[in-house]
Amino acid sequence: MVSPQTPETPSQLSSVPRIPVPRTCPFAPPAEYGRLRDTAPVTRAQLPGGQEVWAVSTFTDVRSLLVRPDVSSDPRRPGFPEPFPDAPTEEPGATEGPADPEEEAPLPQLFEMDPPQHTRYRRMLIPELTVKRVNELRPGIQQLVDRLIDDMLATGPETDLVPAFALPIPSMVICQLLGVAYDSHEFFQSRTEIVLSKTVTAEQRETAYLELYAFLDEVVSATESDPTDDILGRLVVKYRRTDELSHEMLVNTAVLLLLAGHETSANTIALGVLTFLEHPGQLRILLTEPAAAVSAADEMVRFHSLGDVDISRVATADFTLGGQTIHAGEGILPILSAANRDPQAFERPDEFDIRRPDSRHHVGFGYGPHQCLGQNLARAELEIAYRTLFTRIPSLRLAVPVDELDFKTDSQIFGLRSLPVTW
Amino acid sequence: MQITVDIEKCCGAGQCVLAAPDVFDQDDTGVVVLLDPTPPTSQRTAILEAATLCPAGAIKVGA
Repeated sequence: MVSPQTPETPSQLSSVPRIPVPRTCPFAPPAEYGRLRDTAPVTRAQLPGGQEVWAVSTFTDVRSLLVRPDVSSDPRRPGFPEPFPDAPTEEPGATEGPADPEEEAPLPQLFEMDPPQHTRYRRMLIPELTVKRVNELRPGIQQLVDRLIDDMLATGPETDLVPAFALPIPSMVICQLLGVAYDSHEFFQSRTEIVLSKTVTAEQRETAYLELYAFLDEVVSATESDPTDDILGRLVVKYRRTDELSHEMLVNTAVLLLLAGHETSANTIALGVLTFLEHPGQLRILLTEPAAAVSAADEMVRFHSLGDVDISRVATADFTLGGQTIHAGEGILPILSAANRDPQAFERPDEFDIRRPDSRHHVGFGYGPHQCLGQNLARAELEIAYRTLFTRIPSLRLAVPVDELDFKTDSQIFGLRSLPVTW
Repeated sequence: MQITVDIEKCCGAGQCVLAAPDVFDQDDTGVVVLLDPTPPTSQRTAILEAATLCPAGAIKVGA
């Protein structure tokens, strides 16, 4: 029997845009995202596993989406997007029963929770990362950055800036905040790279994650018997002893803070140094205008939008967004990098301009109740890193041509694997 | 100008403190504190910026 043409025919499927799109230029998100934003701001798109989701790409629609109470961050809900090919994709209709937000194994991460569960756990962490707390951390970050530059100058005049500067800054800071020994950095940095890789198998990723979990399980157990003066120690005293936080949930949170605390900032520091070297006019402004040196951190996050399809959602009710009706159970991917280059939201969006008066308006830290918990720490690290490096080593320059640099095109979070510089 | 903040909605991002530090702060729990509920009009731009940037929509600005 020959079936009539249905909307599922291959010829029609091929007209549906496919996301995620790989980056081809280190200084701009894929051009396809811009085309989607300008021609089909809320549209059906196909993921590598075949799943169809909504892609949302204007600044206004992305912000509206991320504050809606009727979209969920819970990946166990049917229809939730699975944007990366080797992640296990469930067969349609093969989901086992309705999702229960409190169901165990595996425990959800903070970014996978909805209110009120999300609110409860997030509130345990926000006192540690307020503007005031981060301001108290600044002198320590400055000292650390200066020490790394001392070491570079003592051993130079050539180094790889990723292991010498970009990775150790956020890694040392988050280790100190959590009470994790920094000498374990090669272990957790390498496992993080595997967890975020788009080319490893699901099994390799799982193994790397479990190794990180086991490592932090030991750290948390030690902290439980002897609480130290750091984030984990304070969480133990305030919430473990009252059982508001289980041992497993505290380990889970520690894994998230360690990963999120070093990887994105390290990538933004390294890419940021390269960006300044490629924009000498902006570098002059960085060194002469203190206000611009502050807004440079946010402009760098906007300009690069490293985790461009990093946030996934699923609708829990029917609603209209950008003129399209999204139904309950349909997956949604906000394309943050497209929103951050939206000409309706930013003047000259493709220009790197650290003097932007609206530098903090971007959605590079996300938006809504899940907006990056560590954003103020990231701002401090980036600002101090760029300003101090170029002030102390004004002759810093690339040691290899840009097109020979090793970019992390195979990672969920874009960045540089190495950055050879000289001075 | 009348400002109200919804401490239930607040998610502690700290955007308001960066935008209008004379009007908003975070307490020891990280939740927003309104330092001045009827600030001078000179603060208007900064306050509107804080309300726009608040990721939780926790800041309301009245006339």
